[in-house]
Amino acid sequence: MTDYESVGLKAGIEIHQQLNSREKLFCGCPTVLRKFDERSGEFARYLRATESEMGEIDRAAKEEMMVLRRFCYYAYDTCCLVEYDEEPPGPLNREALGICLSIAKTLGMTPIEQVHTMRKLVIDGSNTSGFQRTALVAMNGTLPNGGAIDTICLEEEAAQRVEGDIFSLDRLGIPLVEITTSPCMHTPEEVYQVAEYLGMVLRSTGRVKRGLGTIRQDVNISIREGARVEIKGVQELDLIAEVVRREVDRQQNLVWIREELRSRRARVDPVPVDVTTVFAGTASSILKKAKKILAVRLPGFGGLVGREIQPGRRLGSEISDYAKKCGVGGIFHTDELPAYGVTAEEVEALRRNLGAASDECIILVAAGADRAVCAADQVIYRANLALEGVPEETRKMLEGGSTAYMRPLPGAARMYPETDVLPVRIGTEDWDAVTVPELLTIRAERFVTEFGMDPGIARQVAYSEYLPLFQAALDHGIPPSLAHRTIFATAKEVGKETGKDTSGLLDPAVLIPVLEATQNGTIAKEAIPQVFMLELEGVPVNEAIARSKPSVSTSDIEEIVSKIVNERKDFVKSKGMASLGPLMGVVMEELRGAADGKVIAGVLKKEIQAALKEE
Amino acid sequence: MTGEFSSGDRVRCMFAGKSLAGTYITERDGMAVIKLDSGYNMGVPFPACTLVEHLPAAPVKGPAVAQDPSLPPLSIVSTGGTIASRIDYRTGAVTSQFDADDILRAIPGLEKIGNFSTRVLYTILSENMTPQIWQELARSVYEEIRGGAKGVIVTHGTDTMAYSAAALSFMLDTPVPVIFVGSQRSADRPSSDNVMNALCSASAAVSPLGEVAVVMHESSSDDFCVIHRGTRVRKMHSSRRDAFRSLGLPPIGRVEYPSLGITLAEDAVRRCDTEPVLLDALEPRCGLLYFYPGMPAGVLEAFSGMEGLVIAGTGLGHTSTGLIQGLRDLIDGGTTVVMTTQCLFGRVCDRVYDTGRDLLKAGVIEGEDMLPETALVKMMWVLANERDRERAGALMQKDLRGELSGRSVS
Repeated sequence: MTDYESVGLKAGIEIHQQLNSREKLFCGCPTVLRKFDERSGEFARYLRATESEMGEIDRAAKEEMMVLRRFCYYAYDTCCLVEYDEEPPGPLNREALGICLSIAKTLGMTPIEQVHTMRKLVIDGSNTSGFQRTALVAMNGTLPNGGAIDTICLEEEAAQRVEGDIFSLDRLGIPLVEITTSPCMHTPEEVYQVAEYLGMVLRSTGRVKRGLGTIRQDVNISIREGARVEIKGVQELDLIAEVVRREVDRQQNLVWIREELRSRRARVDPVPVDVTTVFAGTASSILKKAKKILAVRLPGFGGLVGREIQPGRRLGSEISDYAKKCGVGGIFHTDELPAYGVTAEEVEALRRNLGAASDECIILVAAGADRAVCAADQVIYRANLALEGVPEETRKMLEGGSTAYMRPLPGAARMYPETDVLPVRIGTEDWDAVTVPELLTIRAERFVTEFGMDPGIARQVAYSEYLPLFQAALDHGIPPSLAHRTIFATAKEVGKETGKDTSGLLDPAVLIPVLEATQNGTIAKEAIPQVFMLELEGVPVNEAIARSKPSVSTSDIEEIVSKIVNERKDFVKSKGMASLGPLMGVVMEELRGAADGKVIAGVLKKEIQAALKEE
Repeated sequence: MTGEFSSGDRVRCMFAGKSLAGTYITERDGMAVIKLDSGYNMGVPFPACTLVEHLPAAPVKGPAVAQDPSLPPLSIVSTGGTIASRIDYRTGAVTSQFDADDILRAIPGLEKIGNFSTRVLYTILSENMTPQIWQELARSVYEEIRGGAKGVIVTHGTDTMAYSAAALSFMLDTPVPVIFVGSQRSADRPSSDNVMNALCSASAAVSPLGEVAVVMHESSSDDFCVIHRGTRVRKMHSSRRDAFRSLGLPPIGRVEYPSLGITLAEDAVRRCDTEPVLLDALEPRCGLLYFYPGMPAGVLEAFSGMEGLVIAGTGLGHTSTGLIQGLRDLIDGGTTVVMTTQCLFGRVCDRVYDTGRDLLKAGVIEGEDMLPETALVKMMWVLANERDRERAGALMQKDLRGELSGRSVS
């Protein structure tokens, strides 16, 4: 067990939560996601790093520029020229700002008097403009652990990656809030608790989006001898502690490697060697295809490049991530060779050719001439960083909780004012008018005390996306137990049984009449699944309820039919059997669909014949 | 309060009981705009801030771009516009502040196409252009060609680029390409169309073309630019990259991106070895009037005493009957009046309906299929160079620079 106090773990989180506003942050488009095959058009663009207003270019952006990439975008009829970056943005969405302010107030923050929208340079293709618009809205909040919340920003969501350099514009521009805490957490579990708390506060507003991908956590982690590393895109809360544990492992291992390298007097040869001819007859398809193969010599690195630093990751993976920025597929290093079609003889020839000592690791990059040179430079750059320890980086989460290098930590140079959006003033009266939502934790407690609900169930209801529906049911006088069972159990069971999407059943306009019919005895509780199934077949709710009333016995039918025929004897006599049609309507009305039409017709025919015989 | 700090000063500001470090940027609506070390800007009241250190904000100039003297000599004449713009701290909005050297630095790849000399004529937004500046521009471009430029690129704001391109088309008889270029999306954004438009314009400037043209995006994608004839082009969208369209005839060429391969239409005027000719006189006392239903006849009085008036009329080239007497008075008073159409597409024909015939009887000249703006610029040039009104009227109906065609083909 790692003693996190002694390694000096400091962690902070950034939570990104999509807001469920009617419109996007800077245009009137709806905040809905689309299927890729619903796209109405495509277009292609290139992006280039631009200078900040201080005249600098952000290092992370520079690295993205190593390869000029052609990005393709999918457009939809729910997008407009703002998402296409073909029109200046509209004013900052006031509804989204209101939600953001409500969250800020809940967290005890102080609003910025004059909010300025900025452009955060992001040229990985995920924004058509090449930047993400973001505005600092409030600062200085507090967490239950006593830690501080530094900032809350209102941002636009980026486009979704379809694959490779193809992006989908439906998500671009959906408002999201970014809450950044101070580095006030000291154990992986604490990180989990704070993330969970902030998630609860966000959901308490009832105005945030729900479901996978609508909330993402970034984690900032450092240990005493390590460096600040930002891990992006932790989508599942349950993984967040594991991500922290693995990052601490990684940093500790990198520190250990640094010490080992220093004691071995390891060094990085600053000049790559062209070894293309050494592999002239190779069977490795990658090396055979490459126009140029460059070797980077790392004396003293032998065995350490292949050493695991967190599950599935080695120092070699880190070096490879840097090389990939030049558009190469990866690297080979002698710690893992022979493999991938490279033979032991070829490795031996390579070592002989370079006169490499046994503790030297050799890294190979194979590509076209320009890319190979670029990649070799990146390998040299990253290998030198290993001599210093842990580099400051932005990393992305991989499945399971390990991480890969993404880009350098961005600096202030990536911020540029959004000149097309006017600043927004938040006055005292605006702030005073901001309402604070009831926290879900408090609401759950209220359900327990007010309705005597089981605490577990109360919590399930309070945290659920169906809370508003549940509340609406209570407002209609439905007992909490009936509402809970129907929403959380019955609907799910019907879904399982039919294999159909039951989300349509959980619309208040559809569900409340069913619950009311149950409550006033029109239908039995046991009939609810049947009502649901009928609805799933497309039967309107009122008819589905009518059809699910307790059924009527044949003798009941006979009684009703006989009564109706007797009351209309004159009519039956004058029309004869032709009275069947009109009387059928009268009987059906009386029985309100509680019996099968064929049965009724049979009984009615007999009764009419009997009445006519009486003559 | 606002004079207390200058841009770039290190300051500390009290906020929510804490002291924040930042850089003073500018004043905005009475508040101090501070850049925090995170890069975010925020507005705080001036009294909350104190000066830490005065750091003069000296914009760093990048290194000069090395040029290849073996490449064709090209000239960039810069007038301003979005292709070369950055933020102005005075207003917080985007204005043109770059010189042509900055353009060379801002557009990597230009140095591989030509050996550039640059001339900053103006740094203005194109809505502030005047006929007098068109004349200066024509003279500058003329001098650049006389000085050996094998092609000239004019960087220009897009709003009135079509007017300037038309003006140069008439004033300058050029043996080499004179290419107007701009950008619709500002140069300070990574997605700006400035780089692609500029590279495509340079490629057009070394091509076999020999006339005044506009080179801008063909579609929303960064795949092709189109080459438009200077007298046939019009800005048809307020913001899109592909705002510029050739009206009345197809574009005269196309540049592929990023290969920069050029294709020219058969009727594109080709480069030749003759000397350029400059006829830079313009008659500025000309106007353009957009007719609308119910326009009071009194409006015409504003044009009384002017040398010329172009009307953008409805449909085939009409005003209301109520305006005809006023137009007759203008013409009798010595004003040349030319009719064009608001439809932009198609030809004026005032012989079909009564109103049209009455307009012709009053002395209005049919502007054929000329664009209203092109007709205005042409009128300024024709009236300055041909004092005989009848001959001037005839010139207005004659094709001089591809601005007018005898046959409507689309």
